[in-house]
Amino acid sequence: MNFTEVAVIGGGPAGMSAAAAAAKAGAKVVVFDRNDKVGGQLIKQTHRFFGSEKEYAGERGLNIAKILEKDLGSSRITVKTKATVLGVYEDGVITYSEDGKYDRLTAESIIIATGASEKQALFEGNDLPGVYGAGAVQTLMNLYGVLPGRRVLMVGAGNIGLIVSYQLLQAGAKVEAIVEASPKIGGYLVHASKLRRYGVPILTGKSIKSVIGDDEVKGAIIADVNEDFNFIDGTEQRLDVDTVLLATGLSPLNELIVNIGCEQRYIPELGGMVALRDDNMQTSVGGVYVAGDVASIEEASSAILEGIIAGTSAALGMGFVSIKAEDDREQAKARLKALRAGETGAKIREGIKKAVTERKYRDVV
Amino acid sequence: MRINKHPILEISNDRKTIRFSFEGKEYEGKEGDTIAAALTANDIRVLRDHGGRKRGFFCAIGNCSSCLMTVNGRTNVRVCTELLRDNMDIRRQSDKGSIFGGVER
Repeated sequence: MNFTEVAVIGGGPAGMSAAAAAAKAGAKVVVFDRNDKVGGQLIKQTHRFFGSEKEYAGERGLNIAKILEKDLGSSRITVKTKATVLGVYEDGVITYSEDGKYDRLTAESIIIATGASEKQALFEGNDLPGVYGAGAVQTLMNLYGVLPGRRVLMVGAGNIGLIVSYQLLQAGAKVEAIVEASPKIGGYLVHASKLRRYGVPILTGKSIKSVIGDDEVKGAIIADVNEDFNFIDGTEQRLDVDTVLLATGLSPLNELIVNIGCEQRYIPELGGMVALRDDNMQTSVGGVYVAGDVASIEEASSAILEGIIAGTSAALGMGFVSIKAEDDREQAKARLKALRAGETGAKIREGIKKAVTERKYRDVV
Repeated sequence: MRINKHPILEISNDRKTIRFSFEGKEYEGKEGDTIAAALTANDIRVLRDHGGRKRGFFCAIGNCSSCLMTVNGRTNVRVCTELLRDNMDIRRQSDKGSIFGGVER
């Protein structure tokens, strides 16, 4: 059977940086990605990133993907694209489908960096064509140059809702309104201000109640919500839109974590069910690590840093000796702490506190 | 609807034309399109029905199975990630689709 030292599942920002870090520390690495190219969701991000320079602030996401991809050029790294991992098992066996063919690979250590999926929201007609994930339409317009409609209602004023709304304007669509059930805008005010300058109303304390249309979206009803997020009767308002986009959060793609039996916990601050881990991102199953959105829903910059921590730890954990790797890991931990500092990181810090446990993993892989 | 001009992206609309059929009618897409992108560019949003309700794509990255269609007779193809090819025969499917012309359920 095929063998590798480190297997990385998912070629997004976390997976790419994990692979590069593990290889740099001396390990042989195989990266699996189900798409025909690596980069994850960075490849559709046309906006410039914030944060610190080391996490590529000021660069557009799609360019960050290119920078990280270059680091996969190491001779120790094999990248498998169009390769969907089907299962991971306690003895380190990974089963996968590569370009439609089934195969197996054994790994000494596994880094799960599968990312997240967009959440649905509950309202009448939420299954109709014309209701899409905000990220889905970002993919459609920024990768394929296609818009699914002309007049859009965005649900959710977090960063994804705000950024995709702006990108819809750039693509020539009209954003009729952004509704946000919370009393305040969740995303960065820089993004919100840009939209307001273009005359896009950002309506807080309002949400979508239903969609109008039999076969596809022909309009939407929005209404005020009270502090318990229940609709207030008589406040309904009809919007003439053909597309409703949901930017109501992400949940970790945790199937493989369940499959290999990592201890999990529901931590709403981190987006849902996540694997418990130590401060090196190692889960309760020894040799199995998590990084990126599957570990906690944050941003690409934190995913990159978690990838470095997981990648160096996987290599060091199996006996590679590298002072440089230990150094890189400590630096990544410090930078991650800095990223999560301040008021905006309070919720994440709370969640991380619940997710990070003392080292007590089963030594299996 | 295709985006004609964009301040940041260079998505060329001069790409090679790919001809395909949807529900027996001829349509055109561009090389590099996924099936879902090509259908959406032709203003087709209803991709299948599920329990009598119409469905389109939802996630566009292969997560959610909202966009399953029958392509060249093969059922349950995730058209949001499957690339469009010349002369593809793309059809809506009901629920899980049917093979060998059996009842769709």
